[in-house]
Amino acid sequence: MGSYIPNTRDERQQMLQDIGMSSFDELYADIPEELRCRKPLDLNPGFSELEVSRKIEAIAAKNTRFSHIFRGAGSYHHYIPAIVRQVTSKEEFVTAYTPYQAEISQGILQSIFEYQTMICELTGMDVSNASVYDGAAAAAEAVAMCRDRKRGTVVVSRSVDPKVLSVIRTYCFGSGAPLIVLPDNNGLTDIDAWSRLDQKNIACLLIQSPNYYGLIEDGAAIARVVHEAGAKLIMSCNPISLGLLKTPAECGADIAVGDGQPLGLPMGFGGPYLGYMAATKELMRKLPGRIVGQTSDAEGKRAFVLTLQAREQHIRREKASSNICSNEALCAMTAAVYLAAMGSAGLEKAAKSCMNLAHYLCGGLESLGFSRKYEGEYFHEFVTVCPCDTGELAGRLAERGYLSGLPIAEKEMLWCTTEMNSVEEIDGLLSEIKEVLA
Amino acid sequence: MKLIFEMGGPGRGCDLIPDCKAPDCTVGLAQREKKPMLPEVSETEISRHYTELAKQAYGVNDGFYPLGSCTMKYNPKINDQAASLADFTQIHPLQAAADVQGCLEVIGEIEKALCAITGMDACTLQPAAGAHGEFTGLLVIKAYHVSRRDQKRTKIIVPDSAHGTNPASAAMAGFDVVNIPSDANGCVDLEALRAAVGENTAGLMLTNPNTVGLFDPNIAEITSIVHEAGGLCYYDGANLNAIMGIARPGDMGFDVMHLNLHKTFSTPHGGGGPGSGPVACKKFLQEFLPGIRAVKGADGYEMTRGSQTVGNVHGFYGNFLVVVRALCYIMTLGREGIPEAAEGAVLNANYMMHQLKPYYQMAYDHTCMHEFVMTLQREKHERNVSALDIAKALLDHGIHPPTMYFPLIVHEALMVEPTETESRETLDEAVKIFIEVMKQSEETPERMHEYPLAAPIGRPDEVAAARKPVVRYGRE
Repeated sequence: MGSYIPNTRDERQQMLQDIGMSSFDELYADIPEELRCRKPLDLNPGFSELEVSRKIEAIAAKNTRFSHIFRGAGSYHHYIPAIVRQVTSKEEFVTAYTPYQAEISQGILQSIFEYQTMICELTGMDVSNASVYDGAAAAAEAVAMCRDRKRGTVVVSRSVDPKVLSVIRTYCFGSGAPLIVLPDNNGLTDIDAWSRLDQKNIACLLIQSPNYYGLIEDGAAIARVVHEAGAKLIMSCNPISLGLLKTPAECGADIAVGDGQPLGLPMGFGGPYLGYMAATKELMRKLPGRIVGQTSDAEGKRAFVLTLQAREQHIRREKASSNICSNEALCAMTAAVYLAAMGSAGLEKAAKSCMNLAHYLCGGLESLGFSRKYEGEYFHEFVTVCPCDTGELAGRLAERGYLSGLPIAEKEMLWCTTEMNSVEEIDGLLSEIKEVLA
Repeated sequence: MKLIFEMGGPGRGCDLIPDCKAPDCTVGLAQREKKPMLPEVSETEISRHYTELAKQAYGVNDGFYPLGSCTMKYNPKINDQAASLADFTQIHPLQAAADVQGCLEVIGEIEKALCAITGMDACTLQPAAGAHGEFTGLLVIKAYHVSRRDQKRTKIIVPDSAHGTNPASAAMAGFDVVNIPSDANGCVDLEALRAAVGENTAGLMLTNPNTVGLFDPNIAEITSIVHEAGGLCYYDGANLNAIMGIARPGDMGFDVMHLNLHKTFSTPHGGGGPGSGPVACKKFLQEFLPGIRAVKGADGYEMTRGSQTVGNVHGFYGNFLVVVRALCYIMTLGREGIPEAAEGAVLNANYMMHQLKPYYQMAYDHTCMHEFVMTLQREKHERNVSALDIAKALLDHGIHPPTMYFPLIVHEALMVEPTETESRETLDEAVKIFIEVMKQSEETPERMHEYPLAAPIGRPDEVAAARKPVVRYGRE
C-alpha cells in the first residue's frame, strides 16, 4: 500500500504542528460531522507495486489477443514505428499540463503547431485545431460549428459510421438541433434524396469517405449540391486514406474531421484516440478547442502560443464555441511523430498496401461464394454477403486465431485489411474459411 | 529552434513497412492531386528533434508544479506500464464480449471503486475529459426532466466562481445559464440561491471544495434548496482530491458528477490530454447514462446499456487506457491510501499557505482544502506588479507558476495547489522562492515586467498572434 506521499507519518505530524494544528480532523473542520466518512471505504486494502503488477497482468490476460486481424469499423490495426512510442513516452511530454505558460512550454506548443500543419497538409484545409476527443466528437463539434440562427438543421449521410451518427445524435439532443439522416443508395450518399429535402434551414451535410462500408464517396459532386443549397459540407476521412485519396479540400469541403487513431495509436479497446478537425480560414474562429499560433517574443525570437482564446470556455464561458478544455494533446503528438516517420511516400505506400490487400482479400472471398454487397470503388474495407451466418463464421474463425470482419447483419460482414496483413496471411484466412464452410 | 519541416530534405525518410505483394489496384479519379508536404527526415533527425522539444517542455518530473485546480500530482510509473500491456493495447474494441473479459473487468472494477469513493451508484467511462463529463452529466439531467415531461426546466444555476467549462457545458447541453454571486467567504450565497431556484430550474453545478479552495459548509442545505425546487445537483469533481475518502458527493446530496482521472487519480496530463472524465450518478439516473456498463453475469462480464440512455458521447468506451492507469492507482492506494492522499494534499496546501501568509495576501484567510488563492491586488495597485509578473518571475526559479487569474471573483489571483506528492523540502524551497520573488517585486518593481529571462523565450506577443494568426507552417 502506498499513497505516493514522500513525507513520513512523523514528518506529516510535525508539519501539522508547525501550522498550529493537532490533527487532520482539525484541517477538515469545515466539513460537517454528518458528512464525514467515518467508516472505511468499500475498497480493497492497498497493494504493493508487485502485487498490483501481477493483478493487472492477470486481468489483461483474460482478453483474447488476436494475431490475425481483419476488422476495422472505426479502429484500425496499423504498424506503429518504434520511434513513435519512444518519443511519446518522454516524461516531459507525458506529465506536462496544457501549455498555458508559453515560455516553458515551447516544446509542447511547437509540437502541436507541427501537428496542425501536418493535418492541414493531409486534408488540404487552411487551419487545424489541436485535437478533440475522437473522430465522433470531432464530427459532432463540426456540426455545431455550422449551425446558426437561420440554418439549424443537421443532415448526416446514412453511410457514416453508425457510432459517429450516434454521438452526433446525442450532441443534437443537447443543442436541440433537428437531425435528418440522409438515406444511402447502394451504399453511397444519395444525392437525389438530398435535393428532395427542404434546404433553406439546413446548416450542413456530413459525409464520410471512405464511408462506413469502405466505399469512396464522390465528395466533389456532393460538395457542389450542398453549396448550391447554401449549406456547408463536412467530410470525415480516415487519415491513412488521405495518403492516396482526394482530400476534403480538393472535394470542396468546408470542414474535415476524422479519427487520427490509425496514425500511430494502438487499438487499445477504443481509446484514447484523436479527433482531428480542420477547416477553411473563413471558419477559423468557429473552431472549438485549442489552436497554437506563431508569434515572437520581445527580441524577435520565434515563439508559439495558444491563440484565438476568445473562442474558448475559460474566457467566454457560456458563449464559448465549445466547452472543450483537455483534448488529446499527447495523441496529437503521436500522430505528428507517426507522420514525420512515414513521410508522404511512406503514407502513400501504407495506403496502397491497405487498399491492394483489401482487393486481394475480396477476390479470394468471392471465389469462396461470398459476394460484394455494394458495387462502388472502395479503399481498405468492404461488405460481403456471406454464404453462411456471419456470427457463426466470426466465432469459428476466432477459435482459429482470426479476428474476422465485423458481422453487421445476419449475412453481411464488414472486412478490413491494413499493411499489417500479408498475402500469405490472407491465403491462410481463406483456407480457414474454406474449412469452416465445408 | 527549427521546425521539423525545416529539417531533412527530399528523399530522406525511414524504411518502415514492407512492399506489398498483392497486385496494384487503380484509384482513378479518386486519387489526390497534390501530395501532402510531410517532413522528409531520417529517424535520427526525428529523435533529436523531439529530444530538443522535450528540453523545452516542463512536466511534473521537471519540478514543482503547483498549478491550482489542475492537481499536478506525480504520475506513478506502474500505471503506465500496465496501460502498455499488449493484452490491453492490442485489443480491438469490437471484439466479442467473451474475448474482452479483461477489459470489461477493468470497467466493472473501476465503476465499483469510483462509486465507493463518490457515494454514487453507477458510472460511465465514456467521457474523455472533465468538460466532456460535465456535458454528459447535464444531458443526463436533461433526459431525466424530459422523461418526467417536465420540459420547462431549462435553467442551470452556476456560481460566479465556477470553472469556465461549467457554463460552457450547460450552454452546449441546451440550457440557459443563471449565474449567482458568491458570498463574502467565497461560498454559495444562500439567499441568492433561494432567489434563483424555481420551477424552471433544471439543476445546479457546483464544485466542493470550491474554486477558492474552501469546503462549503452549507452544502447539505444548498443541495436541498435545489431539490426542493425540483432541480438536480451536479458535482464538478475537479477538486475531489481534497476530500476523497473523507467525504462523498453522494452523501452531500449530489445526484450526478464527473471525476477527472487525470487529476485525482494520477493519470498523466499529456500536455493537454488524453484525460478521462467518468460520470457517476445515483441509481434513479443510471438508465440515462451513455455508453456501456460491464455487469458480471453467470458467464462473465456482459455489456449492458441503459434503457433510457442519452446515447453515446464517444465512439467506443472512452479513454480506456487512461482508465487502466487509474485502476492501478486505486489498487495501490486502497481504502487507507485514498483518504491519506487527500489528507496529504490538504496538509501540503495549508503548510504552504501558512508560510506564505506573512508575505502574500490571501484571498480568503481560512483553513483551506487542497489549494488556496492569493491576490496581488495590493501590489498591482501600489507598484503595478501583477499576478502575471509574479508568475513569470517564478519561471526563472524553476517553478511552474500557480494558476493565474482564476477564479474570476478574485482580482489578480494566483491559485496554488501543491498536491500530496511533494516533499516538505520541496515546499520549503518553493516558499523561499515565492518570498524572494515578492521581495524582488518590492525592491525593483519596474523590472518585474521583464521576466522570465532564463526561459527559452521571453514573453511572447499574444496580441500579435491573435490579430494575424499564423497557425501552420509554410503559409501566412
